[in-house]
Amino acid sequence: MDFIITAIPLIPLAGFVVLGLLGWRWRSETLIGIVGSSTVGVSFLLSLLTLGWLLQLPASQQSHTVTLYRWVVAGNFHADIAFHVDPLSIVFALVVTGVGFLIHVYSIGYMHGDRSFWRFFAYLNLFIFMMLVLVLSSNLLLTFLGWEGVGLCSYLLIGFWYDRHFQGVGILWTTDAGRKAFIINRIGDVGMLLAMFLLVKQFGTLEYTAINAQAATVFPVGSDIVTVITLLLFLACTGKSAQIPLAVWLPDAMAGPTPVSALIHAATMVTAGIFLVARLSPLFALAPTTLGIITVIGALTALAAATIGLVQTDIKKVLAYSTISQLGFMFTAAGAGAFTAAVFHVVTHAFFKALLFLGAGAVIHALHEQQNIRLMGGLKRYMPTTYRLFLIAGLAIAGIPPLSGFFSKDAILWQVFEEVGVIGWLVLTAAAFCTAFYTFRLIGLVFHGEERFDHRHIHPHEAPAVMRIPLLILGFLSLTGGLLGIPYALFPIGTNPNLLERFLEPVFTPAMVALGRAPVLAIHWEEYVLMLLATGVGIGGIMLAWRLFVGEGISAERQMEQRLGKLYRLLGHKYYVDEVYQKLIVEPVQQVSERFFWRLTDVMLIDGLVNGVARVIGQFGRALRRLQTGIAQTYAAVMLAGILALLSWLVFF
Amino acid sequence: MVWVLVGTLAVPLAGFLFILALPRRHVRWIHAVSLTASLVTLALAIALWIAFRPNEAGFQFHIAVRWIEALDIGFRLGIDGISLLLVLLTTFLMPIALLASLEPIRHRQKEYYAMMMLLESAMLGVFVALDTFLFYVFWELVLIPMYFIIGIWGGGNRVYAALKFFLYTLVGSLLMLVAIVWLGVYAEQHAGSFTADFERLRYIAPNLPIELQRWLFWAFALSFCIKVPLFPLHTWLPDAHVEAPTAGSVILAGVLLKMGTYGLVRFNLELFPQASFEYAPLLAWLGVVGILYGALVAFAQNDMKKLIAYSSVSHLGFIVLGIFSMTVEGLQGALLQMVNHGLSTGMLFLCVGMLYERRHTRELAEFGGLAPRMPVFAVLVALAVLSSAGLPGLNGFIGEFLSLLGAAQSRFLDSFLPAVLGACGIILAAAYLLKFYHALMFGQPGNPENYHLRDIHWLERLQLLPLVALFLLIGLYPRPFLQTSEVALRGLVAKLEQLRFGTTTIGVPEPKPPSEQPSPPGVGEPQKLLEEQLRRMPPPRP
Repeated sequence: MDFIITAIPLIPLAGFVVLGLLGWRWRSETLIGIVGSSTVGVSFLLSLLTLGWLLQLPASQQSHTVTLYRWVVAGNFHADIAFHVDPLSIVFALVVTGVGFLIHVYSIGYMHGDRSFWRFFAYLNLFIFMMLVLVLSSNLLLTFLGWEGVGLCSYLLIGFWYDRHFQGVGILWTTDAGRKAFIINRIGDVGMLLAMFLLVKQFGTLEYTAINAQAATVFPVGSDIVTVITLLLFLACTGKSAQIPLAVWLPDAMAGPTPVSALIHAATMVTAGIFLVARLSPLFALAPTTLGIITVIGALTALAAATIGLVQTDIKKVLAYSTISQLGFMFTAAGAGAFTAAVFHVVTHAFFKALLFLGAGAVIHALHEQQNIRLMGGLKRYMPTTYRLFLIAGLAIAGIPPLSGFFSKDAILWQVFEEVGVIGWLVLTAAAFCTAFYTFRLIGLVFHGEERFDHRHIHPHEAPAVMRIPLLILGFLSLTGGLLGIPYALFPIGTNPNLLERFLEPVFTPAMVALGRAPVLAIHWEEYVLMLLATGVGIGGIMLAWRLFVGEGISAERQMEQRLGKLYRLLGHKYYVDEVYQKLIVEPVQQVSERFFWRLTDVMLIDGLVNGVARVIGQFGRALRRLQTGIAQTYAAVMLAGILALLSWLVFF
Repeated sequence: MVWVLVGTLAVPLAGFLFILALPRRHVRWIHAVSLTASLVTLALAIALWIAFRPNEAGFQFHIAVRWIEALDIGFRLGIDGISLLLVLLTTFLMPIALLASLEPIRHRQKEYYAMMMLLESAMLGVFVALDTFLFYVFWELVLIPMYFIIGIWGGGNRVYAALKFFLYTLVGSLLMLVAIVWLGVYAEQHAGSFTADFERLRYIAPNLPIELQRWLFWAFALSFCIKVPLFPLHTWLPDAHVEAPTAGSVILAGVLLKMGTYGLVRFNLELFPQASFEYAPLLAWLGVVGILYGALVAFAQNDMKKLIAYSSVSHLGFIVLGIFSMTVEGLQGALLQMVNHGLSTGMLFLCVGMLYERRHTRELAEFGGLAPRMPVFAVLVALAVLSSAGLPGLNGFIGEFLSLLGAAQSRFLDSFLPAVLGACGIILAAAYLLKFYHALMFGQPGNPENYHLRDIHWLERLQLLPLVALFLLIGLYPRPFLQTSEVALRGLVAKLEQLRFGTTTIGVPEPKPPSEQPSPPGVGEPQKLLEEQLRRMPPPRP
């Protein structure tokens, strides 16, 4: 088994090395595509195999570490290159490789004809490797390698078309968007580094199993140090998972090719923050303050991003804000201690959001790189399959039963209601309403109404099979993914019908104990009420959007703009966060570096002092030089004077 | 193996003499001799590494030849894990620097390669000398060839830069000479005879009264900190780098700066532990200031070489912080970071040199849009940038992580704040390095000439690929390097902790049996002196 587990991340790495070194001379796109996709496919199969192996073990033994070698040793600190398999890591590995594989296959069609086809697949393989390292690592240091590694791949892929322009605050090229993502993520990464230092100080190790096992004995609940550690870790999460205050990079990350947005910026990488919180859940459970902050930030992000999504006109930007918002849902759940619900939403979100993005890719493809939804319309006639799949994904994200999104969102809403209270529930429900609305605004403007694209040059058509089949599979998963987590309230048999909850239970038990929560299978009437309410809100959002954007078409846009007035502008400018950051942080840092530190301190003060000292010495030397006249008579006279002076001193004193 | 150690100094010196003897028109011969000599030296250094016993405390491959007997000054050489890594770094960078000189250096080649050989011998001497006087001789000897390399083969303002470099460093080292003499005199008064023997001094010096130690600490530290260069003593570096030829910059950043940090570990921590305790927070904080200040100023630069020069100030800040954390983790990180910085900054200077050869400008604004025209180059520069930015999986990360970890754990600094601010340096590092990379590679070419640039050829690839191999090796499997210096640093930290706290958390291997320790006449057992010192120390603060 150890061999298989090790192979899961290493096979995509091999794919990267082969494609990176040899890919450029391979003429055949098919060959490159097959190599690139099959590595991930094999990884997926091996992950399935590992899942089967885990399932046949008793729950208490579903935790296995494979140590490859000792990576760093210094003083009392050491860290290994080691992979850890347990229910949590295998769930993430399955999502990464499964959805990853589908997106790889899709990319064969999407990237067809690109001059750097091989480079694209090399980067994607590298990304899958890094992501697998992140989730399979047995310790925080190796996770950090994956963490920064996926950041690097994200950077490389956002700027993949490095000669294309992209619009944004302080952004001119796609590569600038990549740089923004990298630097903002690094701010979060510093949090993770500092958390590691503190953890080493407390535990002497960064191994997850050791930390999780000892956490409850090392820290009392709510102690300052554990609060600081978890807050620092959460800072890292706000970077990687695009939460307030570091969310600003994700919308600009849409500069990358659409499969990248689907894979990295929707389905996998951005959920790494949830993974980290879940992985160290026993630690987070000891810090109620941190959990509270996570809940608040998550809920605020969910609502703020959803409202921004209402008015965006770029199809990918709408989806990007949707992603930020859904990640906010997950963090709210994690903050409420509902780790399983958060992970469940990661899984279903990976299905329907990947589907939305890939569907959007098909649309963008059909319209020759057009991304403005105001210039689309009426595509239902040309792309019926894509339309239907988009509808499925839309209904899923809106939380309509019995699609996957309903179950995971319901689990989050119910637990937030129970653990956080009615305000948290209200905020999320408001965000859910916006979600339903913007998704169906998108569908209305893209697929319904008059055709606003240029008929003479553009003849939209369904995507080729290599792109369509992955979409169909994702559509199927979006439909049925909810079966993984059926709530007891809906299926009250003797045992818990929630498969995911049962599978993840051993991972989250320590956290549940620390939080003082015992698993009880009980039915509350409120749960049914909330379910109905949430579904009603989803349907309401859909109906409103349908009436406006399917009923009235593009003119509804103008109506909305007039109705909302200033609010529309505020949302259109994303609450001006980018502008504020630019004015308050980026520009002052540039100015202070240039004017104060360099020109004033360095050149004028320090170097001025150095050169000044040199000049003073030089002048002193020049002054002394006058004494050396070279005239012997002068020397003789001075000598005589000296002798006389000495003699008189001897005589008189 | 002793002769192998001597050989590392003698072979480049022989190369120097041989080149002097060659007629200047035989340029090919001159190239061949210098390259061969540097490769042989590298082979010798690797042989030393293989023969080195990493689990043994103390210096290995001892050699001591009497020189000035009256003052007990000798030709004493030896290495431990600390110096061995730097010897490896020096010998590894030298052939690459020579390859990088083949194209740009077109005049006075004979003198140039002779100077490079002399420089190598002198640098290695600094790292292996076990005699304060000999150390000083090598230390000053390094200045001379470097002065000429900048002053003769440098850029437009080379004379100013060379003179500034020379005077700046000379000021510091003169104070060091005073301190060396003072130490010898102290040994004469309290241990029977004047000496420059480092292995005797390391037992005698910690007994100095603290008032005296403070003075001597600063006499050494000032000299080393100028070399590092530690903020605010760094202003010679940008000028020297900008004017130096590519190979000069590689050696300057790669090796010369490390002489300063090496000196801090070897002399300041070892000889003046009590003063080190007092000044550790101050120096660590200066390191932190250097990290942030260097990064911010680097961010403001438009000249490629200046940008990298200020990035060195920032990177060396991490090293100083690691050293004065006085923990094994921090020192290990600092030492590895010395190697890492030599590799990654060396590579960045090589890359800048390659561009300079093509366009004869260092202005960032002149470049842009190179990625599609020079794809191989773009990939290699990216690796250097990522290594320098401390991306995990490459070498820079391990060094920075351990340095900061040490600073965070340090019982001597006893504050988390330096680590916090130091860690913020990695954000700024990403900012200025990506600015550098994007200005070169992406966007519109700033000058039509860029459309016709050729990608790097095999000779240039040959310079960069060995460095990339080491980036990956150290990043993924740093243990051979960490292991080399582990015992030496453990011993050092254990001694420091013993003196300061009375206890140590470091497990130290058994010292060599006393019979192998050369015990000079007239001096009591060195170990006893130290024990005596330990008894007289005030009890540790709670």
